[in-house]
Amino acid sequence: MAEFPKISPLGDRGILIDFGGEISPQTLDKVLSYKEKIQDSKFKQKVEVINTYNSLLISYIFTIENVYDEVLRLKQLIAEANIPKNTNYKIFHFPVCYDKEFGLDLEYISRVNDLTEKEIIQLHTAPVYQVYFIGFLPGFLYLGGLDKKLQISRKKTPRRSVEKGSVGIGENQTGIYPKNSPGGWQVLGRSPIELFDKNMEIPSPFSAGDKIKFESVSKDEFYRIEKKIAQGNFELKTEKYEG
Amino acid sequence: MKAEIEVLQPGLFSSIQDLGRFGFQKFGVPHSGVMDRYAMRICNLILGNPEDTAVMEITMQGPQLKFNASTAICVSGANLSPQLNENPIEQNSLIEIHKGDILKFGRRKCGFRSYLGILDGFQSEELMGSKSWYEGLTNDFRLKKGMKLFYSSKISSESNTHSSLKMDVNYLNENKVEVYPGPEFEKLTAEQQKLLFENNFKTDASSNRMAVQMKEELQNNLESIKTSPVMPGTVQLTPSGKIIVLMRDCQTTGGYPRILQLSEKGIQVLSQKIPGENIKFIKKEYPLLENK
Repeated sequence: MAEFPKISPLGDRGILIDFGGEISPQTLDKVLSYKEKIQDSKFKQKVEVINTYNSLLISYIFTIENVYDEVLRLKQLIAEANIPKNTNYKIFHFPVCYDKEFGLDLEYISRVNDLTEKEIIQLHTAPVYQVYFIGFLPGFLYLGGLDKKLQISRKKTPRRSVEKGSVGIGENQTGIYPKNSPGGWQVLGRSPIELFDKNMEIPSPFSAGDKIKFESVSKDEFYRIEKKIAQGNFELKTEKYEG
Repeated sequence: MKAEIEVLQPGLFSSIQDLGRFGFQKFGVPHSGVMDRYAMRICNLILGNPEDTAVMEITMQGPQLKFNASTAICVSGANLSPQLNENPIEQNSLIEIHKGDILKFGRRKCGFRSYLGILDGFQSEELMGSKSWYEGLTNDFRLKKGMKLFYSSKISSESNTHSSLKMDVNYLNENKVEVYPGPEFEKLTAEQQKLLFENNFKTDASSNRMAVQMKEELQNNLESIKTSPVMPGTVQLTPSGKIIVLMRDCQTTGGYPRILQLSEKGIQVLSQKIPGENIKFIKKEYPLLENK
């Protein structure tokens, strides 16, 4: 049996649950199963539970009345929980255009990592990436599973503005900028997919536990999809897995 | 009746805020909400509004506002010399407003952020369950000259019943900021821990609703952590020694060690510090969880 997670208060309005362990889809499965269990339990006030690679934060809207009782309750909940393996997830297929016009750092990655641009695209589109959580910016997906051969340091001086949809690499992470923003990742392409729409009731269809696959598309195809999205008649290719 | 306030002058930085967004952090959306919850509570209590009613948060230099219909207001938090039609008004009490009245602010007497509550609250755009403004998310994020703000015109039924309400305004001049040890506190050396609680720190001019940074640094060789959850009040320590206190508009996750966590009272006190003011971290302990 794995070690019991560490449950501790974070100030007077939060409780942190640290599961330890490495960044892995197995750790994430465990974290997400407990997250669901905790969310379904009874709280005396409004709370929100978020996860990262190996921990959960329960933030309470107001100061917790009795931290001791609440930590105890959560400990019991976790000890008694019979956690089924979390096997429901979706795979989303993201079109990405790796044209030089969008892939501003393709040449640089090619030179530094000694790969042809074709190899870069092959390596980047091969894995099924794990969505660990969303953070940093609204709609920014933390993805795991980047091929080691593609790992590259961030830019020494970040760009003042990186275009929305840009697909980049920073160290061992890859991701998509959900909106125009400053950024230091090496950019290798652009995706037309909307990651966050503030006017939707559920602003993002993606959530922790889902998986992403990148598919290379031509520039023509990119603009065609972009237009379809603007008109509201593009359907993202999605596979559902239920266990 | 839908009434409106015309912004004659925007002041330094003002925005509409309530208690913030709940349920959208999983999409990376910040909490937002008022920096000083106590002042907001006082405003709403005096006006007889529900606790989470949206108020205006006013930073250091107040705006000039013209009302086109009757209502009642209350000003709390920092004292920025509020005046109605050039006459000084009381803070923390119900003030009746008539058509054509102009509210403005003058010299800062104490505190950094003042709060303007209005009967039934500001009727601004609601997004993801909150009226809080946040740049990049809501259409407006700061008061602008010529802007119109909506409210519902009403005569107050509260006859200033709470005027005897016991208000603690001492926190506006307080420099002790209550903190709990953060998840990575134990990774600091004993010497570094001591320095955190013995030294005075000055708030930096770059501070805003997202974070308050300290001018003084704390040399350290802590490693970055795996990106982990953070929340308002989390104190991060960067490899270069910068001490960053995350505030209401902070991101939902971060990779710097979390050395301290402010209590709600601590956030309230820090919210009222002007840039360059001295603060001191005062250690608070959690109740003994293991031995009970």
